[in-house]
Amino acid sequence: MSVYLTAANQLRILKIAAVKNETANVKSFMFHDKTASNALPGQFVMIWIPGVDEVPMSLSMINPEQNLMAISVEKVGEATRALHKMKVGDLVGIRGPFGKGYRVTDNLKTGAAMIAAGGTGIISLAPVCEQLVKNKGCRVTFLLGAKTQSELLFIERLKNLLDNKKHRFIATTDDGSCGEKGLITTVAENILAKEKFDMVFACGPEAMMYKMFMLCERTKMLFQASLERFMRCAVGICGTCVIGKFRVCRDGPVFSGEELRMVKEEFGLFKRGANGRKINL
Amino acid sequence: MVNRLAVDIAGLKLKNPTMLAAGILGMSGASMLEVIRNGAGAVVTKSLGLKPRKGYANPAIVQVPCGIINAMGLPNPSINSFGEEILEIKQLKLDVPLIVSVYGFSAEDFAKVAQKAEKIGADAVELNVSCPHVEGTGCEIGQNPKLVAEVVKKVKATVKKPVILKLTPNVDDIVAIAEAGAKAGADAITAINTVRAMKIDVETTKPILANKFGGLSGPPIKPIAVRCVYEIYERVKTPIIGCGGVATWEDAVEFLLAGASAVQIGSAIAWKDLGVFKSVTKGIDCYLRRKGFRSVKDIVGLSHRS
Repeated sequence: MSVYLTAANQLRILKIAAVKNETANVKSFMFHDKTASNALPGQFVMIWIPGVDEVPMSLSMINPEQNLMAISVEKVGEATRALHKMKVGDLVGIRGPFGKGYRVTDNLKTGAAMIAAGGTGIISLAPVCEQLVKNKGCRVTFLLGAKTQSELLFIERLKNLLDNKKHRFIATTDDGSCGEKGLITTVAENILAKEKFDMVFACGPEAMMYKMFMLCERTKMLFQASLERFMRCAVGICGTCVIGKFRVCRDGPVFSGEELRMVKEEFGLFKRGANGRKINL
Repeated sequence: MVNRLAVDIAGLKLKNPTMLAAGILGMSGASMLEVIRNGAGAVVTKSLGLKPRKGYANPAIVQVPCGIINAMGLPNPSINSFGEEILEIKQLKLDVPLIVSVYGFSAEDFAKVAQKAEKIGADAVELNVSCPHVEGTGCEIGQNPKLVAEVVKKVKATVKKPVILKLTPNVDDIVAIAEAGAKAGADAITAINTVRAMKIDVETTKPILANKFGGLSGPPIKPIAVRCVYEIYERVKTPIIGCGGVATWEDAVEFLLAGASAVQIGSAIAWKDLGVFKSVTKGIDCYLRRKGFRSVKDIVGLSHRS
């Protein structure tokens, strides 16, 4: 690290070490990078696709033993389409990891945790589940939701990880093509009405996270969610990703229920565009 | 008890000489309020124009081993939709001046934005004639003393609140620009904006910033900024606000000794976070006490007299 901390976790150029097709629209890209492979679950990196764009990405795998980390990328826009065309050996830039991750060990008393992942929200939550199961011996209730069966990410990985009677794995799809038909928030609501958890983790579309937050407020469950906003500097100075008094890149992206209460006039309601104007969610 | 940290710049009363620099965080009322809660003596908004602007594509910043190069491209929601952000702060009646940074592509633009800023509650305006990476504005105006004078005169004729002029270091003679601005009626001068710069990646052989060029900020530009403040102080009576690489109380005191009445802080937030305002303020206070000075005012420009 440089003596000037402005340079902490500054840009380095990495070769793509491996590429894996996860679903028709999602690919994982693996990198050997000491700094990012020691990230906390929920922290993010900025990925520079040379000549195209720079975008924030969650880490879907964090493996310090093998000096390995992965991002999983859904094809949604110009940057991600360009990334999907890249192959093993191609070069991308990485800054980070940045921000505050999930506080995985907070309040672990009974060892029961709920993880609710909607769509690509599973990307940042898979490493949380791994830590809870492998390092903390927790009992995990995992709710994984997607529009349809072919979009359910990391199914095999989760089934292997949660292959023990003490865990519970429930998939939901909007069209009923796999698991229960409907929304994971409905499943969560039923479970939270009967059971208690040390912590509820959520990541997914903001409407889903907002619903989970409200459920946890009502049932007095501790809560953490990872928010998404348009980002530029990633180091807390440009003000692009603000929600209330917080900067998502620096004070988040993972926020506790207590913190989300402080921004309830924004959370679930609007975000800001590149020009700072409010956009209804 | 008299507050030895209090400063008065063109009628703006600051409880301490630290300010949030333009372009940093000032995109929303709530985030500026958080900076105020963390001890800033004044805050400056993002530069606002007549129309909303998205700014440039990413990468809009690149961290270099010594500082930060940015080419945000003046993203802003426009002065027309900034009223609610300002109201969020003004309604709390906090005694912390709120300065609206203004940019335009002509003197008329500057005057129009400044007028609207005054109307929605700005305590002062800071004219951004120094952004080094947007065509037709910023330092394209700020490098020309005649254009600077024209902008200042037009704005001064339009608003009653103090008008601060923010200068670019990307000129042969910053004093000539400062003199032109002062003569045209600027109430204070901020020196300096970022230094035009770029970063090329050797592996991919490409410039990193989407805009290729940007402005360098942080520790490497502090000696340049201190020199600019020192030179301007020698020739111009207008109060000066120092800006460029302030991260510690020593940095701030150096600017004060060079002739600045206050300092702006920006990039340091990237590694010191918002606590930097309190740590710098506390350090200045300890310095004044240790050296037996009664007030910040006692050390403004002191290096010229020693």
